[in-house]
Amino acid sequence: MITGLGRWLLGGFFALFVLFLYGPTLTIVLLSFQGPEGGLTFPMRGASTAWFTRLFQQQAVGDLGTAFTRSLILAAMVMAATAVVSVAAAVAFRRRFRGAGALFTLTVASLIVPGVLVSLGVGLLFNLLGCDASWWNSAFGAQLTWTLPFGLLIMFAVFNRFDRAWEEAARDLGASPGQVFRHVVLPIIAPGVVGIALFGFSLSYDEFARTMLTAGSTNTLPLEIVGMTTNVTTPVLYALGSVTTAVSLLAIVAALLAMRALRPRVKPAP
Amino acid sequence: MRAAPYLLAAPLGLVLGAFLLVPMAAILVVSVFDYDSVRLIPDVVLTNYADVLLSRVTWLTYLNTLKYTALVWVLTVGIGVPIALFLAFCVQSAALQAVLFLVCTVPFLTSNVIRMISWVPFLGREGLFNGALMGAGLIARPLDVLLFSDFAVVLAFVHLYALFMVVPVFNTMVRIDRRLIEAAVDAGAGPWAVLREVILPLSKPGIAIGSVFIITLVMGDFTTVRLMGGGQRASVGLMISNQIALLQYPAACANAVVLLALVLLMIAALLRVVDIRREL
Repeated sequence: MITGLGRWLLGGFFALFVLFLYGPTLTIVLLSFQGPEGGLTFPMRGASTAWFTRLFQQQAVGDLGTAFTRSLILAAMVMAATAVVSVAAAVAFRRRFRGAGALFTLTVASLIVPGVLVSLGVGLLFNLLGCDASWWNSAFGAQLTWTLPFGLLIMFAVFNRFDRAWEEAARDLGASPGQVFRHVVLPIIAPGVVGIALFGFSLSYDEFARTMLTAGSTNTLPLEIVGMTTNVTTPVLYALGSVTTAVSLLAIVAALLAMRALRPRVKPAP
Repeated sequence: MRAAPYLLAAPLGLVLGAFLLVPMAAILVVSVFDYDSVRLIPDVVLTNYADVLLSRVTWLTYLNTLKYTALVWVLTVGIGVPIALFLAFCVQSAALQAVLFLVCTVPFLTSNVIRMISWVPFLGREGLFNGALMGAGLIARPLDVLLFSDFAVVLAFVHLYALFMVVPVFNTMVRIDRRLIEAAVDAGAGPWAVLREVILPLSKPGIAIGSVFIITLVMGDFTTVRLMGGGQRASVGLMISNQIALLQYPAACANAVVLLALVLLMIAALLRVVDIRREL
């Protein structure tokens, strides 16, 4: 649509934007292979994996291994809950029901309440009720207030492109509502469900604000990392950054492969 | 069958009720509590609000936070619109469009904290920017203001959140009816006129949705300001988290109520100007 000079200018701007997005991260990945004598900035003083080795030894700032495991389990919990709850709610919204408008408003509100307020409110509530706030209860719930709105809005987009004729055909052939969902709806929306699962996993795995006051004394990985930034001044920090970014990228690749495998295919008639 | 939608929607309602509605109510209640150095005293006092609203420091902090929000908004719109234009109108193949869109989305799914830390090698005293400036003979001594400054805070915000503008703007731009653009061209409009008279007005809802994200993310932020400001810069979120750390819960809650009211007012004002309902 846009041609000539404008196209080149916009293309160049896009390339710069991609460089801006990825450049810093690639830099710290490079610097995490800094030699044992090296510091937080260039030049590289040799190359080594010393900082990765040191990362997996017991740290002075806390127990990274436990925090990492905890974050992975929490992310898996948030991922599963986000997928199930958003799909169920999106199916409900396909029909009229009383309170639909209010529930939708609440969902959008959940998106626009700053994370620090969710953290404060949930932490306070557990405090007032005399419950111990921990990563698996209060932090889990606080993170869902951030992942569920994304999940629901993405499912709305998926169902917008959904052709109801497939469902009607299945029903006409005598399928029960459960069968229609399992054999017709679910296979068609599956890639979208994988997408929101990925969102749930990534947003939980990296969340800081909503976990800060709700994880009690049980730190998640982002909480440990923020703690490290104030007192770790060696490339160990970068090594940790490289490892946790690699985990995020692995999750994205796994989700893309799953989406590809689940993409609905129309079989040609024999 | 009748009950089916209610059963299906119930988990969403319960989660948001328990972890959003009730906690916000708790904030509202505690914001009028009295307190001393060790405990909360259930009461109805307005001193917490008076402390927030009558303090010069609070006003300056709110102003500083609004300044960050305004700067980040201008920059993300300035970046988001051309990026979305490129993706929506310069890339013809749908497959390439999907790949480039993914390239923009991936960083959003990685750790924000790490993405902030990744500016240290660039902005530090011995970082690449200082090295380049000194190498070019522009400065004699390294600049300290690159890291731990307003500049670093705004840069990090734009780096972290530009995507929240790109995605909604792109979404509205791809849905613009191409025949409208052809009609404008046939009627004699040049590229700038098409952009100004057709594409931008039709992209307003996307820009508005992106703006809602930017407003909430920046107004409520405390990590970016803490890490990139190096403890020298103030924001409302940071102020609230400091009050929490000092166990001044009622003060933090009153501040939170004021912040939430301000954010909702800003969003309400925005939605009066632009109707985004068609987009949802």
